Amino acid sequence: MAVHQTAESALDAKLVARCRAGDASAWNELVERYSRYVYAICVQGFRLSEHDAEDVFQDVFAKAYEQLPKLRDDHALRPWLAQLTRRTCIDSLRAGRREQPAEGGEPEDLDETLGLLDEALTVRDALAELDEPCREILDRFFARDESYRTIGEALELPQGTIASRISRCLVKLRAALEDFGAADRPVNG
Amino acid sequence: MSNVAWDGTERIAELLAALPPAPHGWVAAAQELPFARASLDDLLVRAREDSELRARLLADLEAALAEEGIPATPAVISLARIHLEH
Repeated sequence: MAVHQTAESALDAKLVARCRAGDASAWNELVERYSRYVYAICVQGFRLSEHDAEDVFQDVFAKAYEQLPKLRDDHALRPWLAQLTRRTCIDSLRAGRREQPAEGGEPEDLDETLGLLDEALTVRDALAELDEPCREILDRFFARDESYRTIGEALELPQGTIASRISRCLVKLRAALEDFGAADRPVNG
Repeated sequence: MSNVAWDGTERIAELLAALPPAPHGWVAAAQELPFARASLDDLLVRAREDSELRARLLADLEAALAEEGIPATPAVISLARIHLEH
């Protein structure tokens, strides 16, 4: 599986190499890095129930752990995991159809959703380049859907300053994305 | 989100919102896989040579793991299934 080499795929290749070398922390990082992506494919892409999504999530990482040494192109970790997740979701849907024939089926907008999630992962990679206060406030507000009040209490910030901080951090993130080599990607469109 | 001055960053905000965290317990279970594999190695080798043990594992994986003194965590169960199905 050959992929265009990007900053993200170079990062992945290093992570895979560390996993192969037996670096115990590398597997934790790999799971941490891809847990949101795999989860989102299950629940947004395939609209699995939480119960089925949990089974698929564990199966995907178990298969990844077992098959990682056989990955032919270390730069291809992301598409490989996406394909593994997609196949495991389809297996789960087929198993569900055997039990309840009226249910299941691959959603029509699946490719569109998977494309969005790919872009979203690139944005998260750029987010990792920001300072910790920006990473935290953007993640809490957008990804965790926390209110100004919750964020204010957690970060000990006056609620009145949160909106302006989010705005400033978004601008920083946009700049980081451009530095990240993503300026020609459709994140602004 | 209405108080935020977007300044052309709406798409970035949408993409941030597209990846909420997976439940913490799921992530922790997946991170246990190397330890799960270590605890399963001996059992999987024996199951390849012992058809009765393999049959017990296939019939009721969680109970068979418990009999062998192996905690049936989600990571252990997933790994064991992968090996038993092949």
